Amino acid sequence: MTAMRKLLANWLPAYAFLYIAFLYLPVLLLPVFSVNASPIPKFPLTGVTLDWYAGLPQTPALLDAAWNSLVVGVAASLLSTLLGICAARAITRYRFPGRRAVSGLIMAPLVLPEIIVAISLLLVLLQLGLSLSLFTVVLGHVLICIPYSMTVLTSGFEGFDRSLEEASADLGESAFGTFRRVTLPMVAPAIVSSLLVSFTISLDEFVMAFFLTGTDPTLPVYVWGQLRFAAKLPGVLALGTLLLAASFLLLTLAEMLRRRAERRTKLTGGVLA
Amino acid sequence: MPERTMIEIAGVTRSYGAFKALDDASLSIREGEFFSLLGPSGCGKTTLLRLIAGFDSPTSGSIAIDGQPMNGIPANRRPTNMVFQSYAIFPHLNVEQNVGYGLKRLRLDASEERRRVVEALAQVSLSGLGKRGATELSGGQRQRVALARALVMRPKVLLLDEPLSALDKKLREQMQVELRRLQQAVGITFILVTHDQYEALAMSDRIAVMFGGRIAQVAAPKEIYQRPVNRQVADFLGGMNFVQAEIVGEEAGQIVVDTKAFGRVRTDKPKLFQRNGGSATLGIRPERLRVLWDEARAKFEVAGTVVDRHYFGEITHLIVEIPGLEKPLSVTETNDFGADDIPVGTPIRLAYDPDALVAMGE
Repeated sequence: MTAMRKLLANWLPAYAFLYIAFLYLPVLLLPVFSVNASPIPKFPLTGVTLDWYAGLPQTPALLDAAWNSLVVGVAASLLSTLLGICAARAITRYRFPGRRAVSGLIMAPLVLPEIIVAISLLLVLLQLGLSLSLFTVVLGHVLICIPYSMTVLTSGFEGFDRSLEEASADLGESAFGTFRRVTLPMVAPAIVSSLLVSFTISLDEFVMAFFLTGTDPTLPVYVWGQLRFAAKLPGVLALGTLLLAASFLLLTLAEMLRRRAERRTKLTGGVLA
Repeated sequence: MPERTMIEIAGVTRSYGAFKALDDASLSIREGEFFSLLGPSGCGKTTLLRLIAGFDSPTSGSIAIDGQPMNGIPANRRPTNMVFQSYAIFPHLNVEQNVGYGLKRLRLDASEERRRVVEALAQVSLSGLGKRGATELSGGQRQRVALARALVMRPKVLLLDEPLSALDKKLREQMQVELRRLQQAVGITFILVTHDQYEALAMSDRIAVMFGGRIAQVAAPKEIYQRPVNRQVADFLGGMNFVQAEIVGEEAGQIVVDTKAFGRVRTDKPKLFQRNGGSATLGIRPERLRVLWDEARAKFEVAGTVVDRHYFGEITHLIVEIPGLEKPLSVTETNDFGADDIPVGTPIRLAYDPDALVAMGE
């Protein structure tokens, strides 16, 4: 038994290290190859260049796709945060029958096979006679962003002491004044955090966008299209690196804000999905 | 003390479905009074406080503050301010901003607003901490900020919802003294909700004891303690020995009863006294029974045997069996004469004052 324990003690750190390396090394290769002079992603590197980055703004199709992604991301994050606020407020504030079921159903898209949801949504939208466009992509993205919005917002709203709003009213403030001076400042970090998280999710979402878009591709769909041409690969790597950096920045910011909101409402624990 | 009525509560009931959280409560609270609502949890004391503050509306009955009927008037337009049990300090504001929160609505000029905030902070001994963030405060400091934030509004009535329950014992006792002193300095009517009988007794001008949504007794602390109207009130305010007695005479607000241990006793008839056939319940507090040492004699004494002993540091509880009494008497004796050394089984004599025996309802 002790031998077993000793073995584990020696090998567990090694296992953990390998695990992390396997998870993140490929991602780290992306920026490395994106500055490689040769268009073929292969070691040894032939030289350092920023040409691939410089070439990005000269590709109109890419700029269009980036604009599409921006529009979809902003719309989807606004919508999912708005709906998330309503749901999170209801679930944290009120006790009603079916509360757990409702919260479970809202979180479900997180674990449903995305391709099945996308196909079902496509069928429904076509049945409704809606033509595919960026609007339908927004609908799909809202569906998968809401669970993330909910998680962030619930942790911001939970533990929000109701007596704070009562104290404000007691000190003479009106309902609107209370919302403006107490409720909003306290939950603002969670709201911003929810906007950032859902924007990031929408930005790099592929399956929904692939099935639900019409003639306007979003960035991930564009990237997928470019992969067929070997010559375009370095540009895709450069673009991927930028997307990676943007996602990382946005999510870090979102998590910092969420923690701040949580500290304010005096809650501990809670991990971002 | 002025005798003007500040709060008039008339037949107020608050029901939640079939459950009555407050049942036909009537109460009149005087201006400048330190008034306590005392009772176990669920007795309706907090419900009553929230009805006065305007966070909730009565199902029936009416509340008037300073002669103004309050029905339909929301919390933000009532001349009351509240210190919440959780203190409800705004965590995104500093101490000064918390205290000045309500003043912003009044649109005072900046120097006047500043003066009042500084004055309120001084009243609660928090001068110099104005810039401190709300999350950097200790429990006692948060409590003071909550107090200053309410007092700065100069309310006609200050409502306190178990304000000391979150503090440790030492700090709680210190705040009791300070709160009482503060109330006398500002002269505002204070209404305190508490489940701690010592707190209520130490701080209040008058106390309303509540059980199950009903007000059982309203009186000054000494009267509540010495002349409880019924067994429930007597029990809630500390130990009480109950003795069954036979009524042998009644005259002008007094009754004469015969007890097995204390003989014939004449006592005031309590307001809520219900004749239970020919019998009555008498009570005597454990500290009103004194051990008679050696050959000491008293005009009124009762003899028994010590059957148990509990040591509490400065005092000892003796359980004394008296022939003819169904339950042994509980006696509280200070330890300066060695009550903590009396062996179980010792025959003992106890002195009592017949005035300390009070009749009460069931």
